Amino acid sequence: MSETDESAPSASTPVDDAATDDAQTDGDDAAGEAPADGSASETGLNEAMGSEADFPSGSDGERYAPLEVEGLRKEFGGIVAVDDVSFDVEEGTLTGLIGPNGAGKSTTFNLITGMLNPDEGAVRFNGEDVTGLQPHEVANRGLARTFQIARELEEMTVLENMMLAPKGQVGESLWRSIMPMTRGAVREQETEQLERVWEVLDFFEIDHLAQEYAGNLSGGQRKLLEMARALLTDPDVLLLDEPFAGVNPSLEKRLLEHVHELREQGYTFLIVEHDMDLIMNNCERVIVMHQGRILKDGTPTEIKESEEVIEAYLGGEV
Amino acid sequence: MSVSETYVRYRRTLSEEPLAIGVLLVALWMAWSLVSGLLTGGIQISSLASLIWDGLLRGLIIGLAGIGLSMTYSILNFANFAHGDYLTTGAFAGMGTSYLVAGIGENSVGALLLVGAGGSVFGGALGIGVTTAPIAVVLGALLAGIVTIALALAIDRFVYRPIRDESGIALLITSIGVAFALRYLLQFVYGAGVRGTTAAGSVPRVNVPAIDGTFRVTAHDISLVVVAGGLMLGVHLLLQRTKLGKAMRAMSDNEDLARITGIPTERVIRTTWIVGAGLTGVAGYMFVLWKGTLGFNDGWLLLLLVFAAVILGGIGSIYGAIGGGIIIGLTASVSVVWIPSEFGRAAAFLVMIVILLFKPEGIFSGRTTA
Amino acid sequence: MSATDIRGRIEGLFERDVTLVLAVLGTLYLAYILAGVAFGYGLRGQLNSVANLTFYIGVFGMLALALNLHWGYTGLFNIGIVGFMGIGIYVTALVSKPPVAEGGAAQVGGFGLPLSVGIAAGVIAAGLFGLLVALPALRLRADYLAIVTVAFSEIVRFTMMSRTFQTFTVPDTIDLWLFTFDPTADTVGLGGGGGLILNYADPLEALLRSLFLWEPYLGVVAFVERNYIPNNPKPVIDGVAYGILLLVGVGLFYVLLSRTGKSPFGRVLKAIREDEDVANALGKDTDRFKLTAFVLGSALMGLGGILWYSSRGSITPPSFRPNITFFIWIALIIGGAGSNTGSFLGGAIFAGLLYEGPRYFKNLVETAFELGDAPRNFGEAMAGFASLDPMPFVLYTLDSVSQLRLVIMGVVLIWLMHNRPEGLLGHRKETASSVDLARPGTDEAPGKPAAADGGEER
Repeated sequence: MSETDESAPSASTPVDDAATDDAQTDGDDAAGEAPADGSASETGLNEAMGSEADFPSGSDGERYAPLEVEGLRKEFGGIVAVDDVSFDVEEGTLTGLIGPNGAGKSTTFNLITGMLNPDEGAVRFNGEDVTGLQPHEVANRGLARTFQIARELEEMTVLENMMLAPKGQVGESLWRSIMPMTRGAVREQETEQLERVWEVLDFFEIDHLAQEYAGNLSGGQRKLLEMARALLTDPDVLLLDEPFAGVNPSLEKRLLEHVHELREQGYTFLIVEHDMDLIMNNCERVIVMHQGRILKDGTPTEIKESEEVIEAYLGGEV
Repeated sequence: MSVSETYVRYRRTLSEEPLAIGVLLVALWMAWSLVSGLLTGGIQISSLASLIWDGLLRGLIIGLAGIGLSMTYSILNFANFAHGDYLTTGAFAGMGTSYLVAGIGENSVGALLLVGAGGSVFGGALGIGVTTAPIAVVLGALLAGIVTIALALAIDRFVYRPIRDESGIALLITSIGVAFALRYLLQFVYGAGVRGTTAAGSVPRVNVPAIDGTFRVTAHDISLVVVAGGLMLGVHLLLQRTKLGKAMRAMSDNEDLARITGIPTERVIRTTWIVGAGLTGVAGYMFVLWKGTLGFNDGWLLLLLVFAAVILGGIGSIYGAIGGGIIIGLTASVSVVWIPSEFGRAAAFLVMIVILLFKPEGIFSGRTTA
Repeated sequence: MSATDIRGRIEGLFERDVTLVLAVLGTLYLAYILAGVAFGYGLRGQLNSVANLTFYIGVFGMLALALNLHWGYTGLFNIGIVGFMGIGIYVTALVSKPPVAEGGAAQVGGFGLPLSVGIAAGVIAAGLFGLLVALPALRLRADYLAIVTVAFSEIVRFTMMSRTFQTFTVPDTIDLWLFTFDPTADTVGLGGGGGLILNYADPLEALLRSLFLWEPYLGVVAFVERNYIPNNPKPVIDGVAYGILLLVGVGLFYVLLSRTGKSPFGRVLKAIREDEDVANALGKDTDRFKLTAFVLGSALMGLGGILWYSSRGSITPPSFRPNITFFIWIALIIGGAGSNTGSFLGGAIFAGLLYEGPRYFKNLVETAFELGDAPRNFGEAMAGFASLDPMPFVLYTLDSVSQLRLVIMGVVLIWLMHNRPEGLLGHRKETASSVDLARPGTDEAPGKPAAADGGEER
């Protein structure tokens, strides 16, 4: 697995295995607040996103798991892409989903977010069965995702991209948007929304790109935009599909800082990566997939010591 | 999200549609009304046979033209809306040649080449027909193919090649421009009138008995079957037996892969145009010979039926195009048993729409390659 | 005030849509009026010429705007426009034509309802057929949707032509369960190949009467008759007035569609155009948005069809061939898909240069030079070259200008796709938002290239 080896030195935070290490998150916090009026934007964010300020952080007991996946299975023309995959993602955690190429990570993502329908199994979100719902229905329940290859809306500006995301926009009704008596309310809501949009742009430090067409952004900037956009849907859980692929080391560091900072604020993350070290150093829980199945599910230390994982990664790939 | 994933999702949503039940009900009603019509004598078997024969021949033309459209659709990845006008060009060029061969000496060369534009020469008077002027017909069919190939290659060189890497939609829009320019250039040169092209009265015919009557088979019907069948067999051999044919099949499957593996794609594209346009030109000529009239709109009017056939058979499959052509031809002809004759073409379009909705990969899918 | 400052201001002026629209329209009208001067037109001729130009600018502008909602905003490849236009005007005719017993020459009558009801019915019918097409077809790939829509428009035309729907006899009373209904109509239908005679009230008169402007209008006509155009100026003034009506219609289309575009609704449409999966993953029910946009666009195409044909004496099926669909596509691509201003400009330029222009060019040449009769066919035209005389060919070419303009359109379309695929005003720069997206609290947005200059409401 040469890719893993190469990117290992560039991983931003050379911290010990324990990803929940306080020192690390503190450090990230500080870095996140370094840019201008960082704290202001953060509080604004908290309010605007309506994120749970009082989530039960730090407690080591059984945490609430908003996302539960049970026995997922998906076949494509006789090939089993995902086979009996079960896991849950606990609130306020950073959970990593890793595995070699073709292990079924992206398919699992697509099954969770409704892009694909599982042949068997169920996805529960905040206690509700969301299996087989349309992607927009899943998203509207608070489960946002990003794509493996950043799929920004090229011929729309960064601002338009961002303004698209918030839920419950009254102006998404055609009649409200065109009728003179209701258009005022639409404008009012858009004005409010705009403030949040600028706050999030500031938070991700892409405000200087606000008027650019998304198609003109660099790969890393697109990843930032995509995460910012997903955040504006006011999600409980964010599913990031390879958010660090093709991103240069310094931007990768920034992205990681943002992720940690947001997690501090109460967001829950499920991250697909095949860069093993990156996941090991940053997640408190890691799920390893191999050939469509879950190979191992545990803390980074457990994963590192697991024979099967080493076998799958080293034995099978090198 | 891969293509197959999108497709699976798509199938899933569609299979839940109540429309499928509607289609089934319509099919049952059609079967019932046909059986009862035959039993009560409302529909004669001989007239049904005649419709089927007509539909089969129509289907062969559509299928022949469809092979070219299907090949360019899959290999170049765009729906060529100018394809119908390629067919018309072939028909005019071929008929002009036939006129010239049959009428040289007695009439002006210009009038003959222009297929009697403005009523200067008449195909009937020249005795155009496969038995009355066989050499003229053979040369006409040949020239129809050659001129259409030349035209397709020239258009590809100057219109499509410069924007080869654009999206299929950009190419489709461009092809609409080509269609316009070509069609009205034909009108400019050959005139707007629809002309009779054959000595319809002197074409040999036999009446084939069919239980309660007879239906008519003409020499032009037979020549159409022979030419279409021969060409289809030829394409089959080309694709299965030659190296180039295999490359074309590979490219229709996956262009990027073909490029990586070193298949000379421009050469394959050129061959695609040559084979596709040649067949289309000959199809146009045989169409005009068979129906006995020729107008500048003929190809355009046929185009949607050809699209229907290609979609029905699955884009990229030449056997699909042939099969789809025959089904579409039969639909357009035989549907008049159930519906008013003005809606024969509409019925064929409807079949296409239903296929697009329920089985967009075509009914002969699984063997998509050439 | 430095020189660069002034230059910047002037450039700023030209960046504004209004200036551009006025400049293009001004140039077109000036060219037509100058051509009229060259033809030696009097006032009547000039007015006729201007009215004619205005008519086509109006209809193509409207239809290009409607298509822009489908293609430019939502990315729906609809090439069945003419089908919706035909449904619009045929339904209007059916509803508003007087019954045969009252109607004079027509063999096929209608329900004799007021024209406003007929127009509303036509627009609604076009929208409903849009729904009928969209419900199953919107999930299709763009090229498949194109084929389905063009097939649909052909089915509509076959239906217009068919003998089956040519005439129906309406019974004197219709029992509808609870209540009975006595239609005034006796014979209705689509008229088959012969089409329909539009023997309802003149639409202009109907509109002006309903606005109580009919008497003043007649006064204006009388005034013109007394002072400028001595005999029977009414048809000319009617033409000009109808042209103005159409321009008002374009204005309404524009306001409606820019409001649609510059809103959260329009933003979702744009997102669907760019990447439907993303819009879906952001919680937008894309099917619903596509459906709404398609139905609205279809209804507007129906209205466009009504306004195009309602002032004609009759309608026949051959008018509703797919050619018109492609005209509107060319207009949209000239202007630039995605921009409402661009769509209108494309419509105007198409109408003035490509649709009507060649005919004027021919007339100009014929006025400037004394020309003989054109040869009847291409053969005779080419025969001249044998004696090195190109005149027969030139004459034939001029004489065939109505066909050749379609060749020109085709070539222009190819050229555009090669060189300016984004159109004159492309790049889709009308910001999809109801408010200015600049950072709140800061009034400036200078120096920012893509600043929402098109984003203001009016």
